[in-house]
Amino acid sequence: MKRALRIIAALLVVGAIVFWAAAGANRGWTKTRVPQKVVDEVTGLEGIQWQNRFVPGVDFLGAAFLGAVILAGVSIFVPAKSK
Amino acid sequence: MKTKLTILAIVTVAGVVIAAPQTFDFKDPKGINNAGFKLDAPLESINGSASGVYGTATFDPENPGATKGKITVATASLIVPNPVQNRHMLGDKWLNAATFPTIIFESKEFKNVQTTGDTTTADVTGTFTLKGVSKELTVPVKLTYLKDKLAERVPDQKGDLLVIRSRFTIKRSDFNINPGQFEDKVSDTIEINLSIAGASQK
Repeated sequence: MKRALRIIAALLVVGAIVFWAAAGANRGWTKTRVPQKVVDEVTGLEGIQWQNRFVPGVDFLGAAFLGAVILAGVSIFVPAKSK
Repeated sequence: MKTKLTILAIVTVAGVVIAAPQTFDFKDPKGINNAGFKLDAPLESINGSASGVYGTATFDPENPGATKGKITVATASLIVPNPVQNRHMLGDKWLNAATFPTIIFESKEFKNVQTTGDTTTADVTGTFTLKGVSKELTVPVKLTYLKDKLAERVPDQKGDLLVIRSRFTIKRSDFNINPGQFEDKVSDTIEINLSIAGASQK
């Protein structure tokens, strides 16, 4: 149990970092929509259309790290081997 | 002689009609019209846009300096990428969209008007109203008159287009939006980039 909690904590951190990096390593806050530029051919105007997309930010990383720390902390109080 | 006078009168009247100012409606069926905004604070940069742009302008191709108009942005249409920031921005501590549902610019006077072909640049003085506070503001604008181009944009309609572009800055403290607070994260200076097209149907 102790070992399992620590492995889950490590996987949580690694998984969060990989997901964050794969999604563009956004160093701002998490986004749930992103702007897409659209050009009107007749007027030449550049419009903005918002697409719903989840882009994890530093708050996402922080939450994952906090979760891992809590799991690792709980593992300290779990006996090494349960009988 | 009588026939010639009649023809002259018709030509004169037609000339007056053709030269009359046109009214352009900025309600955009294509959803391109937008007002982008950027706040670049030391700790945080916020980029967003507003799509709920509407209003009218009267424009005379023969006298672009006489243009008058009122452009309104629906406060609730302002969008930023982060949902928590979006909720805060529209909430009662910031823009208070429920109490102040519109942001308005109404032009009063065009100065430094320069026209080249279909394009006019000018400095427009008008009243900018945000969060219930009205201030006189002078902003640079670029007007592009696109004669008979409406059909290319909206196939079942005939008429002209007027494109307005303007980039200017305001200070949120001037409009009583948390003056002097959170300036490390929410810049006092707001860059606004207006890109809109209006239609005048024939």
